[in-house]
Amino acid sequence: MARIDLVDLAHSYGGNDAPEESFALKPVTMTWRRGGAYALLGPSGCGKTTLLNLISGIVTPSRGKILFDGVDITTQSTRERNIAQVFQFPVIYDTMTVGQNLAFPLKNRDLPKAAIDARVNEIAALLDLTPYLSRKAERLTADAKQKISLGRGLVRSDVAAVLFDEPLTVIDPELKWQLRSKLKALHRDLDLTMIYVTHDQTEALTFADTVVVMHDGRVVQSGTPADLFDRPAHTFVGYFIGSPGMNIVPAEVKGRQARIDGHTIALNRSYDRLPAGAKIEVGVRPEFVQVAAPAPDLLTANIERIDDLGRVRFAHVRVGDTRFSAKVPQGFSVPGNNAGLVFDPSRVHVYANSLLVEGEA
Amino acid sequence: MDKTVNQKAWFLVLPVFLVVAFSAILPLMTVVNYSMQDTFGNNQFFWNGVGWFKELLDPSSDLGERFFASLWRNLFFSFVILAIEVPLGIVVALSMPRQGWSVAACLVILALPLLIPWNVVGTIWQIFGRPDIGLLGYTLNHIGINYNYVSNEFDAWATVIVMDVWHWTSLVALLCYAGLKSIPEAYYQAAQIDGASRWAVFTAIQLPKMKRVLLIAVLLRFMDSFMIYTEPFVVTGGGPGNSTTFISIELVKIALGQFDLGKAAALSLVYNLIIIIVCWVFYTVMTNAGTERRVAKEAV
Amino acid sequence: MHSIPGRRLILSLFLVFLLLPIYWLVNMSLKTNVEIVSTMNLWPHDPTLANYIRIFTDESWYSGYINSLKYVVINTVISISVALPAAYAFSRYRFLGDKHLFFWLLSNRMAPAAVYALPFFNLYSAIGLFDTPWAVALAHCIFNVPLAVWILEGFVSGVPREIDETAFLDGYSFPRFFIKILMPLIASGIGVAAFFCFMFSWVELLLARTLTSVDAKPISAVMTRTVSAAGMDWGLLAAAGVLTIIPGALVIWFVRNYIARGFALGRV
Repeated sequence: MARIDLVDLAHSYGGNDAPEESFALKPVTMTWRRGGAYALLGPSGCGKTTLLNLISGIVTPSRGKILFDGVDITTQSTRERNIAQVFQFPVIYDTMTVGQNLAFPLKNRDLPKAAIDARVNEIAALLDLTPYLSRKAERLTADAKQKISLGRGLVRSDVAAVLFDEPLTVIDPELKWQLRSKLKALHRDLDLTMIYVTHDQTEALTFADTVVVMHDGRVVQSGTPADLFDRPAHTFVGYFIGSPGMNIVPAEVKGRQARIDGHTIALNRSYDRLPAGAKIEVGVRPEFVQVAAPAPDLLTANIERIDDLGRVRFAHVRVGDTRFSAKVPQGFSVPGNNAGLVFDPSRVHVYANSLLVEGEA
Repeated sequence: MDKTVNQKAWFLVLPVFLVVAFSAILPLMTVVNYSMQDTFGNNQFFWNGVGWFKELLDPSSDLGERFFASLWRNLFFSFVILAIEVPLGIVVALSMPRQGWSVAACLVILALPLLIPWNVVGTIWQIFGRPDIGLLGYTLNHIGINYNYVSNEFDAWATVIVMDVWHWTSLVALLCYAGLKSIPEAYYQAAQIDGASRWAVFTAIQLPKMKRVLLIAVLLRFMDSFMIYTEPFVVTGGGPGNSTTFISIELVKIALGQFDLGKAAALSLVYNLIIIIVCWVFYTVMTNAGTERRVAKEAV
Repeated sequence: MHSIPGRRLILSLFLVFLLLPIYWLVNMSLKTNVEIVSTMNLWPHDPTLANYIRIFTDESWYSGYINSLKYVVINTVISISVALPAAYAFSRYRFLGDKHLFFWLLSNRMAPAAVYALPFFNLYSAIGLFDTPWAVALAHCIFNVPLAVWILEGFVSGVPREIDETAFLDGYSFPRFFIKILMPLIASGIGVAAFFCFMFSWVELLLARTLTSVDAKPISAVMTRTVSAAGMDWGLLAAAGVLTIIPGALVIWFVRNYIARGFALGRV
C-alpha cells in the first residue's frame, strides 16, 4: 500500500495552453494517507474520474507531479504503478474461467504456478468466489463479475492502491448494499489504500473515512463525513451533502447579526472583517431551522409544501424571493399558510464568495 | 427483450414472403419439374424419375465426372481463399488508424473493390494479367517469371485466387473493424493494469469480441465463394481446358449452353442442397452461440 | 495496445495492392488504343478524354448506365419497403414458424444465381416482364430482401420495446408510429441496408444479363460491344469500367460515417 501525494496536479484535455478555467482538473495539492478509505464525491463532470485516471496512469497530467511513497511516478505507465482499478461496468476476460481471470495478472508477471494458485485461492476465499473458480466468468451475475474485477486487482500482493470508478452502477439495488459492506470489510482486513469515485453521497458517506468533494474541477473540501456535514467549507458542499441540502441565502452580515429579508437573526460568532464587495451568504441546514407559530420576533415564511418522510417532516417555505427548507417539530401542527422560523445560531455559517468564513469568538 | 406471441405478425411478414416466394418457389418448382424429365426436343417431355440424379452422382458417367471434378475445384478454392482472406482481413482491421480523416479515407479505399460490378472485376484482372497491356503480366514476365493465365493452369488458378483476395478481403476487414470498434476502452485499460502483453490483449479481448462478426464473415465468404461465377468466367472462361471450371460455370454451360434442361436442373438442386446444408450447420452454430448467453445467469 | 506493430506499413501495402488494378484501369481509360497496344507506360503520354466523351454522347452507351441504375433503384426501394415491416415482426414477435421462416429467407441469399438463370428466364418471359428493369429488380429481391431483413432486424432489436409501448399508449396508430417514431431511430440501419441492397444489385450480372436483351440492357452487356472487326477497344472498355465504379464510390463516400457506426450497432 502506498501513500499518494499530488503536487500541483492539474489536467486539461485541451492541452496545456488552454485557459486554466477550462481545465478538467484545476491545480490540486493533497495527500492520500496509506491505508485510507477515501471517497471522491461530486456531480457528473466535476473532474473526479479525471483525477482517478491521473492516479491510475490512464491519463498523463498536463501539469504537476504524483508521488507514491515519495517516489515520483508521474511518467510511469499504469502497469509500472501497480494499482488496481474497478470500472463502472464489469471488465472480465470472457473466454476464461473465474480462476483464470484471477490468475491473469500473476501469469503476466511469470510467477510460478504454485504461488499463483495459492494466491488465487486466498483472494477467492476473501471474496466468496471459491465455489465458482472453475466456472466460465461470462456466465455470472454483474455483482459477481465486479468481484472478479476487484479480485484481479487484489491478487497482486504489492498493489499500491485500489481505485473504484462508480463500481456499483450496474448492480441490482438489493445487492449494492452487500457489495458495499464487503468493500468496507476488505478495507478493514487488508489495510488497503482505497479511492472510491461516486456521485451518490450515501455511498460516499458510508464507505469512506475521508470524503473529498469536488466541484467544477476543484477539490472543494476534504474531511470526515461528520466534518462535511457540520462545517461545509464551501456552499457547494453544504448544498450537495445532506438530504435536503443546506439552505444558502444571501444576507447582510455585521458583527454578530445577519439580516435576511429585513429580519435579524443572531449568530454565534462575530464577523467584522468580511472582504469588501464579496457575495455574502448565510448557510444553515434544514435540520437546524425549525418551523414555529408565526411571531413578530421570528422570520416569517410562506409555507409552500410539507414533505413527510416518516420519521421527520420537512417544510418547504418561502421568505420573500428565497426558498428555505425547515424541519417541522414532532407533533407540531402547522397553523395556516404562514409560519415563523427558529434558527439555531450555533449551526449558522457565513460564506463569502462561497467560502466559509471563520468568525471571531 | 422478451417477444410477445402474436400470430398477426404474419401480416407484417406477408409482403416479404410473397416477394421472395415469387422469386424462389415458382422457379424452384420448374427446376424440380425439369430435373425429373427428359426431352427429345420439340417441347415434348417424358418422365425420367431420379435418372438424372443417379447419373449426376455416378462418378463414372460423363455428367457425374464433370460434377465431382468441379465440386473438388470449388471446395479447394473456398478453402484456400478462406485461409488467406480471414487472417488477412483481421490483420487489416487491426491496422486501421484510430481516428481522424485517415479513417474515412481508408474505409473508402477498402470498400472500392466491393462496389465494382463483378464483370468489371473480371475485366480489370483480365487486362491486368496480360503480358502485353497489363501491368502485372508485363512486370512478371520482365523479371523472368513466365506468367500466362490463358495457357498455364497454375497461373490461371493463381490469378483467380489473387483476384478473389483482392475483391473480397475488404468485406472481412470491414466486418472485423466494426467488431473491434465496439470494444469499450475500459477493456484495454484493464488489460494495461493487468500487465497483459500485446498478444494476450489480442487473444483475451479482441479475438473473443470479434467472434460473432468473424462467424458472419466466414459464412458469407464461404457461400459466395462456393457460388462464384462471373469473375473467374470473365478472366479464364473456365480454362485452360476446364481447370478453373467451377460448379456454376459447369451449370451454365449445361443449362444455357447445351440446353440440357434435365441435367442442369438436377445439378442445380444438388448444388443448392449442398449450400443449404452447410449454411444450416453454420446457422445453428451461430444461433446456439447466441442463446448460450441468454441461458439463465447463475447467481453467486 | 489496439493495433499491431508495423501497422502503417501493412495497411499501406494492402491499400496499394487494392488501388493498383484500379489505377491501371484509369490509366488505360485515358489513353488511345494505339498507345495502349504499342507502348507500356505508367501514365498516358498522350492523354485523351475521347473514350469518356464517346460514352457520354453515344446513346447506346449511356443508356446502359441508365438501365442499370433503373433496376438498382427499383430493387432497393422494394427491398427496403417490404423488409421494414418484416424486420419489425421478427424482432418483436414470436409467431408460428418464425424461426423457420427466417432461415428460409436467409437460405435464398445462399442460392447461386446460376440455379435461377434458366427458371427466371422462363418465368419472366411468360409474364411478359422480360427485357424490362422490373424483371431484374424483382429477380434481385431474392437475395436482397433477406439481407435487408437480416440487417434491419438487428437494428430494430436495438430499440427498446418501451418506446413502442409508450407510443401506443399515447394513441399512435401502428403506421404512424412506424413512420414517425421507429424509422428515424433506425435511420443509420436503413442507410446501411439500402447501401448493401444498392451494392449487391449494382454488381450482380448473370441475372441482369439473362433477363434483358435490347431495351433494358444493363451496362455490363453493353460493354461486350467493345469487340469489333478492328479488334478490342481497350480504351473504351476501360473508360466504361471506370464509370461503373463511380456510383458505388459516391455512395460509399456519403455513407462513410454510418458504416462503422452502423455495423457496430446492429445485428453484427
